[in-house]
Amino acid sequence: MMIRVKLFAAAREAAGAEQVELEFPTAPTIADVRRLLVERYPALEVVVPHAMFAVNTDYASDQTRLSQDDEIACIPPVSGG
Amino acid sequence: MIELTNNPIDANAVLSSVYDHGAGAVVFFLGTTREFTQERQTDSLDYQCYPEMAVKKLEELEAEAREKWPVIGCSIVHRLGRLELGEASVAIAVSTPHRRDAYEASQWIIDRLKQIAPIWKQENWSDGTSQWVHPGMASETETKP
Repeated sequence: MMIRVKLFAAAREAAGAEQVELEFPTAPTIADVRRLLVERYPALEVVVPHAMFAVNTDYASDQTRLSQDDEIACIPPVSGG
Repeated sequence: MIELTNNPIDANAVLSSVYDHGAGAVVFFLGTTREFTQERQTDSLDYQCYPEMAVKKLEELEAEAREKWPVIGCSIVHRLGRLELGEASVAIAVSTPHRRDAYEASQWIIDRLKQIAPIWKQENWSDGTSQWVHPGMASETETKP
């Protein structure tokens, strides 16, 4: 299953992309996405452990299981305001 | 009024958007770009966001504030892109029948916004380096000029 992950701020800079695609044999969880992201983009190791993830624009837990059409985003610690 | 904008924030427009004859108080908060963070000097700031989610989270903040306080008008506007020193990055206006509620709601909204809104700032330091601000991250990413 192909999962697209949106990247922001330091994560976008580390990976050098606004969005990356990850291929999984079966429906992954957010925890699986974290693991493969760091494996594919080692530079993300400084960000991903500290980041939250969003599924369809809501914060999601590591146990959340993903479907093909879900919109996934890596949300590094926020600093708005 | 919930808005993300690349243009300078029109403080008067945000303020007047919450005026109402039922209100006895309006509290207006403006967050502005600061020159010194501890001893480091800032030249400018760049704000980036996840637009769809940021708008949704700001709308949720307004809805939650309305559950907690008797809010009449509520506007939250966040600036994006490049900001020079002294410019407003965020404006929050709240009107309520009595002032205590307006103060409390306004403070709660900016505190929650800083915790949950998917918005990030990058410090462009006066020494030419840039750095995304990610609170709690041991090594924040630094880019040399």
